[in-house]
Amino acid sequence: MATASLPAPVNNLEVTRPRFAAISEAVEAVGEFGIFAWRIAKAIAKPPYEFREFLHQLDMIGAQSMPLIALAGAATGVVLSLQTRDSLSRFGAKSVLPAVLVFSLIKETGPIITGLVAAGRVGAGIGAELGSMKVTEQIDAMEASAVDPHKYLAATRVLAAIVALPLLTVFADFCGILAGWFAATMTDPVSLQLFIGSGFKAVTFHDIIPPTLKTAVFGLIIGLVSTFQGMRTRGGTEGVGHSATSSVVLSSLLIIVADVVLVRLIIEFF
Amino acid sequence: MENATGVKNVRKSFGTQTVLDGISFDLVEGETTCVLGRSGTGKSVLLKLLIGLERADTGTVSLVGQDITNGAQPALDEARKRVGFLFQQAALYDSMTIEENVAFPLKRHRHLPESELRDRVHQLLSSLGMERDYAKLPSQISGGMKKRVGLARALALEPSLVLFDEPTAGLDPMSAAEIATLIADLRDQRHMTSLVVTHDLPTAKKIANRLIILDKGTVIFDGTVDGFERSSEPFITQYLKDAA
Repeated sequence: MATASLPAPVNNLEVTRPRFAAISEAVEAVGEFGIFAWRIAKAIAKPPYEFREFLHQLDMIGAQSMPLIALAGAATGVVLSLQTRDSLSRFGAKSVLPAVLVFSLIKETGPIITGLVAAGRVGAGIGAELGSMKVTEQIDAMEASAVDPHKYLAATRVLAAIVALPLLTVFADFCGILAGWFAATMTDPVSLQLFIGSGFKAVTFHDIIPPTLKTAVFGLIIGLVSTFQGMRTRGGTEGVGHSATSSVVLSSLLIIVADVVLVRLIIEFF
Repeated sequence: MENATGVKNVRKSFGTQTVLDGISFDLVEGETTCVLGRSGTGKSVLLKLLIGLERADTGTVSLVGQDITNGAQPALDEARKRVGFLFQQAALYDSMTIEENVAFPLKRHRHLPESELRDRVHQLLSSLGMERDYAKLPSQISGGMKKRVGLARALALEPSLVLFDEPTAGLDPMSAAEIATLIADLRDQRHMTSLVVTHDLPTAKKIANRLIILDKGTVIFDGTVDGFERSSEPFITQYLKDAA
């Protein structure tokens, strides 16, 4: 009697091994990130301070990001102004356009746009720079000459990102409001003074300070993630590319998640 | 011994691959020791263990008198300040000029006045024939010049020990000979101890007081150049035949 051939038995161990390996790698990476963050915290707190390198990084991360942030802020302001004006017109509430624009920009749009644009520019830059230093043994050379690269390279960049992001956010808000006014006044002429006065009439410091300062957390995320990715780069130029990409992707994702949590906390406590 | 540097029963594995399998040796002060062996026998790993960039799985590692086996940071950093390291590709900081590269360790550890620091850097670069290129970036100079700058940076803190990772790799014969002469001068004129990891047998024979041959993670020869050439060890006879 002919017997039908049976399918080969599935070895459950073989199937689950790659899955366990991936989970194990992810857990390992999270653990390494925690240790790295702790090292950076200690490096920031413990003297001697790398003040000169910090200022250099503040220039690279902050000042040199200003044109891009200005463009992103202005574009957001124009789009918000045009879209909101159209919507408000339908409800006969065009007069509240300045207030809606100002509230929208300072409370959410300005901070999140700044965070995401900085994640792209700064995250990729740090990831690629440190990644390149890693694969060409420059970081090893620094360590071999008794200079702590976590302190000199990473802590200065993390701190500069924490300081720079709120300042860039204020700048993005400013550019957005200015461009929003410009877009509004093209169709419905209004003086800048009146636009600003009307927009900020109901604004309090509680509306400005917490959303602006929350971007310090975005700076922390960008700084930590991109220095971590850069300093653990493996495998030559391909590895450098991977570090730059993963710095941007992970920073952006974490910024979006952190924003949700921070907005909830701000509403709760302010 | 005050400046004792060496390894004892050191083992190092990466995953399932054993790179160093229980090797031991001590460097002799004022001598140049060359480590030779095939690619992948753990020569560069050995240097990284000695400078504390890698940690041994078992065994002990001493660097200029400090036991750095457990990698305790203050002891390791103190030892590192007394050691120079020339990397295979020189590992110059590519965002800094040549002058800034050499000044980097001095600025971090010596706190000299600006003029004194500049004089010291210029003196070091001049002694290595690099007196005209202070303001150039590493990307603007040749491989041989990068090695010279890397050596100037390694010597900036006046170390008692210098570690060389393939110092002549990728250089033309004349540049390689110049680097070999510089290494020999460090021993003869400054009485520095050197450990040179290399594939370059002619250079090793020219500069070494002592040769260590690694194969499959173990030391198969440790002795003088004469002893090496007279050895009947099959690996060494084959090595000499292939190098000829």
